[in-house]
Amino acid sequence: MKRSEENILGVVEPQLYQHTAPFLLQNGELLHGYELVFETYGRLNADKSNAILICHALSGHHHAAGFHSSEDAKPGWWDACIGPGKSIDTNQFFVLSLNNLGGCHGSTGPNSIDPSTGKIFGPNFPNVVVKDWVASQAHLADHLGIQKFTAVIGGSLGGMQAMQWSIDFPARLYAAVLIASAAKLSAQNIAFNEIARQAITTDEDYCAGDYQQFNKNPEKGLMLARMVGHVTYLSEDGMKAKFGRDVKSGDFEQGADVEFQVESYLHYQGRAFTQYFDANTYLLMTRALDYFDPAREFDGDLTRALENTTAKFLVLSFSTDWRFSPERSQEIVDALIRAKKNVASATIESEHGHDSFLLPIDRYTKLLSAFLQRSYKELEGIPSPAQGIDEVAS
Amino acid sequence: MRGDLELIATLINPGARVLDLGCGEGELLDHLQRDKRVNGYGLDRDAENIRTCVSKGVNVIEQDLDEGLDNFVNGSFDMVVMTDALQAVKEPRELVRDMLRVGEECIVTFPNFAHWRCRAQLALKGVMPISEQLPHSWFDTPNIHLCTFADFEQLCVTESINIIQRRVVDANHQEKTFINWAPNFFGTHAFYRLGKSV
Repeated sequence: MKRSEENILGVVEPQLYQHTAPFLLQNGELLHGYELVFETYGRLNADKSNAILICHALSGHHHAAGFHSSEDAKPGWWDACIGPGKSIDTNQFFVLSLNNLGGCHGSTGPNSIDPSTGKIFGPNFPNVVVKDWVASQAHLADHLGIQKFTAVIGGSLGGMQAMQWSIDFPARLYAAVLIASAAKLSAQNIAFNEIARQAITTDEDYCAGDYQQFNKNPEKGLMLARMVGHVTYLSEDGMKAKFGRDVKSGDFEQGADVEFQVESYLHYQGRAFTQYFDANTYLLMTRALDYFDPAREFDGDLTRALENTTAKFLVLSFSTDWRFSPERSQEIVDALIRAKKNVASATIESEHGHDSFLLPIDRYTKLLSAFLQRSYKELEGIPSPAQGIDEVAS
Repeated sequence: MRGDLELIATLINPGARVLDLGCGEGELLDHLQRDKRVNGYGLDRDAENIRTCVSKGVNVIEQDLDEGLDNFVNGSFDMVVMTDALQAVKEPRELVRDMLRVGEECIVTFPNFAHWRCRAQLALKGVMPISEQLPHSWFDTPNIHLCTFADFEQLCVTESINIIQRRVVDANHQEKTFINWAPNFFGTHAFYRLGKSV
């Protein structure tokens, strides 16, 4: 199959935004400016009202759709939903996707040079939280001349950013789409993150975070962290369907060196991860996940935290997702209803666990598309057919 | 709009907060939002219905009525509506209680199992009634708690539920004088507007 047939978004190019002013972080530390790498798909219309912001999850980045070159084997991480004629239709919308502050794919992060020391930040990169990401994303929107997004969309940790957007900048988004997300992590969820962090920090090559100075990389730890993550992103049924007890190599009869398919998969995913992801960024991203809790400032009352939001919300979850279960989404929905906000919700049947949010599941993509189309029409004041009929009748 | 929904719409005040249980394609809420600036939510669990609601801009929440309304706060709605779902839920009595806990008032509609056509099929043919309102065979019907107007009104008495208004209609959702001669015999559908204990 030719690339042009399978993906007409084609080759996309990353761009760089340089924020030259000092940037005060939530923890009180100051960054002397920062850079964000981003991509855009589709065209911004004349009144700049058709923009959609995509917020990435734990291991995501700016490359959400299309290909970086005609030789690329894989498209961006959310190509299933972003592109011409897809749910997030680039024929209609101008889609903005970036690598968050603290990331390791080109935005300022632990691998960048600290201007005050002339060395790379490494473990000294300040702790950033979801609120910081949203503030930095708002600067990027300013730079692009986008006053108000049609929608801010994110899955998992990305959904947390979309929620934070609705709280911090209510006037700057019309709709928020929170997919397989949560208003705060559960103890179990934090526990998994801590296991991942321990795997990294106890790797002897971690060198207290200064591994790059010693030309090392805590690959074993990073690999383990990713393996734990992957187990929690899949469902038991999904794993059974995908791997069963199939054996990749070895022989039970000889009783030696049996490698199950699932082991092979985890090894492969873990190893691959060490090649494109930075350990310090992983620690930073998991902490941002753990600390997210917009209700904390309101005595734990999420309804009050959402009181000043004006966005209309779409909250989606997946039936077999146990890392960000449908109950976590329901908590968001309940709080939004109590706060008398506009919200629609659905739990999508899927056997793929948390990973479902990245997959082209028919019901999911159609619902997302319907919501975005409706939001755009409302924002642009285009009357719906039913209204048209009423007007004729009256 | 469907005849029964038109009738319900006349019972809802402008600006009211409305919860519609089993909202289907969101017809009622869509109408109320535009005509009466009503702030409403609908509950449904059918994927196609939910997508249709979203396309219309109706606030639809995927929720199974059999799981109750625990997630809704006491008195958070002016009106809780349930059209033709009473007979299909697992615990209709508990659900009606919950509706009145969550809403100041509620509207419940259901088909009358004591309509003369139903009675005739059972009495003369000795078979479970099948009608326009109850089109299913006994073995595949979702209607597991069928009742008559008399049954429902008895429930309201035992539960101390205030029947504020009752309107009985025929198969075309029309109110006719003759129906009121013997509503539990001639009426196919009733609309009950209920309030908390008297």
